[in-house]
Amino acid sequence: MLESTKFIISKLSRDRTSLVGAFLLIALVLIAIFAPVLAPYPEDVTEFHPPERLFGPSMLHFFGTDRMGSDIFSRMLFGARITIAIAVIAVGVSVLVGVPIGLIAGYNRNWISDGLMRISDIFLAVPQIILAIAIAQTLGPSIENVILALSATYWPFWARLVYAETRSALTETYVEASIALGASPFRVMVFHVLPNISSSIIVRTTIGMGGTILTAAALGFLGLGPPAPSPEWGRTIAESREFLPEAWWYATAPGVAIFLVVMGFNLFGDGLRDILDPRTRRSNDG
Amino acid sequence: MLWFVPTLIGLMIITFTISHIIPADPVAFFAGENATAEQIEALRARYGFDKPLHIQLVNYLIGVTQGDLGISIYTQRPISEDLLARLPATMELTFMAVFFSTIVGVPLGVFAAVYRNSFLDHFLRVLTVSGLAIASFWLAILFQLLFAMELQITPLQGRIDGWGPEKITGFFVLDSLLVADWESLQSAFSHLILPTLTLAFPAMATIVRFTRAGVLDAINSNYVLYEQAMGLPSNLIIWKYVLRNALIGTVTQIGLIFGILIAGAVVVEAVFDWPGLGLYAVEAIMNSDYSAIMGFTLVTGAFFIIVNLIVDILHGIIDPRTQD
Repeated sequence: MLESTKFIISKLSRDRTSLVGAFLLIALVLIAIFAPVLAPYPEDVTEFHPPERLFGPSMLHFFGTDRMGSDIFSRMLFGARITIAIAVIAVGVSVLVGVPIGLIAGYNRNWISDGLMRISDIFLAVPQIILAIAIAQTLGPSIENVILALSATYWPFWARLVYAETRSALTETYVEASIALGASPFRVMVFHVLPNISSSIIVRTTIGMGGTILTAAALGFLGLGPPAPSPEWGRTIAESREFLPEAWWYATAPGVAIFLVVMGFNLFGDGLRDILDPRTRRSNDG
Repeated sequence: MLWFVPTLIGLMIITFTISHIIPADPVAFFAGENATAEQIEALRARYGFDKPLHIQLVNYLIGVTQGDLGISIYTQRPISEDLLARLPATMELTFMAVFFSTIVGVPLGVFAAVYRNSFLDHFLRVLTVSGLAIASFWLAILFQLLFAMELQITPLQGRIDGWGPEKITGFFVLDSLLVADWESLQSAFSHLILPTLTLAFPAMATIVRFTRAGVLDAINSNYVLYEQAMGLPSNLIIWKYVLRNALIGTVTQIGLIFGILIAGAVVVEAVFDWPGLGLYAVEAIMNSDYSAIMGFTLVTGAFFIIVNLIVDILHGIIDPRTQD
């Protein structure tokens, strides 16, 4: 395991696009952790200074100030925490729910297995954001409900993937051998099948993070995310609209932030896929 | 194919479940703070909320199959009529976006593959990666800032100036052509430009990626080597034989692309004030109009399921190998 981790890191470090992705992600995590230290005005997440509203970018306020006179730069740094929390928890829950369901449905061949896959197919039959909007709207705007809405609509992606991978792993000799040796279904699934399909899960999870951040930002933009005065990026862009085009800086900072973070996950995910999942390699060399 | 009906019923059960886990009582909310207990009960009976849950579910399913999605608490009109009135606007925008992203995306994908690792290929890679990373509502705002506010060469929002052409199909471009209303045609087109570009950008990125990968796969196959040996001109080989095989992969992605477009339509319509299904959903969100949101979810879901069904059938026709 250690050897393969080393191999992956050495391969990734030679791929320029993966390095850019990794750099963006590390920057995001550092910004989220050290937001209170890095932010020039950490109190501006909740405090208002109406006399200073809608100031343009300056040395005092790098990204200008918003409609309440709060420092946009400081608020964006704290917004990174919300973005990470939503993406990590929502995708984490989806993986924790979807992977076991996929394993069980893939390993067994009975009505439970069919039923589980039919249920995930129904969820997959609708664009994720549509169902997420319905759920988030019903539950009311808050971070917890955004996470719930995203998890409830995202687990079927992993269930489907793991189901397909498990089915193909079951035809491999090493699985047949362990079943023949009398390994319990649990043992076969967790110790034989799961390690061999983990690379596809990791790739899907990395790329899924980018998509989840975009969906979460869209929910925030529609007013379904955490309520004001939350510094959530999507919400900030929605707030800025009535002050355009004069306050052009207002929407710029959160827009660029979303773009860079999603870019980071996509680039890193593409790099991981090239190494871990050669079957779907993007054809670079041709 | 067989699963089409069960999937739809499953979707109905999901929307029904979501609309019945509401923590706050929608009837009490709608009736207002000053409503008496009797008034609330009367409303509850009127909307069928007083019956047991399984009866409500059966009534809901029966209603939906007859095209009855309930009454919008906000507009006080049948939701199915509201959605039907909004459908042409979204369809017009979606079709334009599909058309544009295909017309631009497929040739770019071929060029990227033929001139792989050239400057053009690298540039297109940056462009496609960006297309999949940019938030469409932000891109929409950037376009508005640049083209509508700064340069003032396109309208800021809306679907048309004035009343629009005489209504025949509800598609403004088509209708103005049919009645030869050139002023409306020009207005309809100019209003379509920005929303179409915004919506088409991520879809185009997907098409470029898949076409490029498909062409690269096909270029290395034996039949291409054979055609080259036969002395066929390379342009003919690429644009006729290679492209046909490469597009099989792209066609299977049409379902995915429609998913991107429907999801994008909600926020893009909100930014451009485009009077389609997406804007209807956003208005319903603002007004806590639960039944309207469920109706929207069901209709877009059904539309998406049908598109995927058509793609499956098309795929079978284009690529006979998938039929077993």
